[in-house]
Amino acid sequence: MTIQFNDETFYGDFTFKNSDWAIKRFPFPFHEDSYMYSVNMEPHKSYRPGSVFERTFDVDEHYVSEMKDRARVLADDPLRCQSLPHMTLAGWDLVELIMEAKAAEYPDLFELHKDGNRWRWINKPLGIDDTFTFLDESTLPYGPMEYITRQTQGDFAVLDQRDDNLWMDAGMVTTQADWSLDFDIGMNFFEWHAPVPKAHEMGIFVRALKFLLNIQQGQPARRLNWTMTVNPLLDTSPENYHKWGTMKQGLTKDNIGEKQHLRVELQTFFRLPRSNALVFPIRCYLISFNDLVTVPKWGRRLHRVIRDLPEELATYKGFIDNRPLMVEWLSQYDDGSPTSDGIWPDE
Amino acid sequence: MSAGTAKLNVTVAEVKPVNDLVTRFKFVRTGGGDLPTFSGGAHTVVEMQDGGITRLNAYSLMSNPADRGAYTISVRRDDEGRGGSKFMHSQVKEGMEMVISNPVNLFSLDLRAKKHLMLAGGIGITPFMAQMHQLSMMGGQFELHYSVRNASLGSYAEELDAKYPGKVTIYHDDQGEAIDLGTLLATQPLGTHVYVCGPKGMIDWVHGTAESMGWPREAVHSEEFLAPASGKPFEVKCAVSNKVVQVGEHQSLLEALEAAGIDAPYLCRGGACGQCETNVIGYDGKFLHFDHWLTDEQKAGGKHIMPCVSRFEGKTLVLDR
Repeated sequence: MTIQFNDETFYGDFTFKNSDWAIKRFPFPFHEDSYMYSVNMEPHKSYRPGSVFERTFDVDEHYVSEMKDRARVLADDPLRCQSLPHMTLAGWDLVELIMEAKAAEYPDLFELHKDGNRWRWINKPLGIDDTFTFLDESTLPYGPMEYITRQTQGDFAVLDQRDDNLWMDAGMVTTQADWSLDFDIGMNFFEWHAPVPKAHEMGIFVRALKFLLNIQQGQPARRLNWTMTVNPLLDTSPENYHKWGTMKQGLTKDNIGEKQHLRVELQTFFRLPRSNALVFPIRCYLISFNDLVTVPKWGRRLHRVIRDLPEELATYKGFIDNRPLMVEWLSQYDDGSPTSDGIWPDE
Repeated sequence: MSAGTAKLNVTVAEVKPVNDLVTRFKFVRTGGGDLPTFSGGAHTVVEMQDGGITRLNAYSLMSNPADRGAYTISVRRDDEGRGGSKFMHSQVKEGMEMVISNPVNLFSLDLRAKKHLMLAGGIGITPFMAQMHQLSMMGGQFELHYSVRNASLGSYAEELDAKYPGKVTIYHDDQGEAIDLGTLLATQPLGTHVYVCGPKGMIDWVHGTAESMGWPREAVHSEEFLAPASGKPFEVKCAVSNKVVQVGEHQSLLEALEAAGIDAPYLCRGGACGQCETNVIGYDGKFLHFDHWLTDEQKAGGKHIMPCVSRFEGKTLVLDR
């Protein structure tokens, strides 16, 4: 297999680590030295070979361990995966989308063989070889959405489209930045975004919804979002806040480089063909400050972004208390020299 | 985002007259291979190279959504129209290569519905044909009430009756048959959704009747594509592209922008989806708004226009394109 999968944990002893390859391809989210919300959507087309934008669903060295972490979280809390009854067809759409894309783009890792509606799916990294009947739930060990998202990195919100709105009617959410599927299930686009500061008065959500309602088959879109996480935790859910929230208090000048992680979400949007629903995969990438500053441009830029971020945003993203420490530590890596445009490291 | 939707290269596999007014067209992928799956109610935009003019008309897909081998549409000839349907009827032959858009659904089923009550008028039958395929595959409950002018112009009426016994009722205008909407709506089980596709009068009648009987707005769905109206020629200045564009008598504003090489977004080309909404920078004259998208307030405000169907009369119009 072309990818060496890590054996690592995202809880307890936190053995998660990025290889040099993973650092170099990290989706650094800041294209300039400051940050404000925007509807920063672009077509989800293959871009920059080797980057996280090359494939429809990126598979990297964390794949196998992330799937183990998902299984662990689900065993503790089955409500992280929910699908209202009318969303089963969308689940099958998702099975087809992911299997076809992965089999075509990673032929050494995944295979899909179709004989009419009789499908055989081989997932080599996870040791799965299943044959099932497409659109017949009784032939899979889980519902279709749960089945395929137990084998795909990233959270998945599956949104029903009706009444000129989007509805959070299904999802698999175990790697989230402090939001809860169980709380949001059944809500519409404006309801589940209600806690976000500033963006409402900026008219961001009205424009974003209009864009999303018009996403068409064959024309997926993507954007990046980001926040901060202390320790490489995938599961920073409200349900488990009592377990991870206190970790934010243990940050010191000596351990921040190792413990503080920039958390970036590659969010993509696909129209699903049979159900006319929208799927919103939210893929989480983590990088420690120590690893991040090995790219000099990123170290300089992150210092400036965090230093100048509006207070409401630092509060909403949950790192207002640690911001002074972050800025102090990052300032060592900012010599004041200019940074080049765009997100990529300088060659 | 660039204008319109991703395109599909197709070959016309069959041209079949259904009756005096309606002809059915079957498309397969040029060079073989599967077409994308779609959902019942979706349409495709067909590109027609008619002399020097590119015509783009939206037609509902009527074939089985699960059949990726071919798409079929039915086109009703409109002798008073601007020429798209006449082109389809007179110029499109088997074996011809054409370009169509990926499927777009602006009339999808509400999959929460306990039952789907479908009301069709004339050529408005086509999206329901795909939806009935989809529902029968999924085991969904549905019922079709289909109003036609007479038996000979009732496209697919007999075929549907035979295929879905007990679920289809046909009404012939020439025999004085009409849908008893009041009784029909009063006798539906809770959780029923109503769908109507047909002439504007029929759509308004269904919405009005349902509302007066206390049906929730979200449970009544309709689709009506407008054909762009012809009108007096006018001139438009495009501020972003720095171009002056002439809109011809039988051309829509959107078509004129496209012909001038201006990247203008669109999806339905029929005043329904909102995608082509364009900001007005300045004007001296009168707007002729024909769309279903803008609110009455917006139409009166003079700051927005839907170039796919709406027109302008007057001295100057400056657009943000």
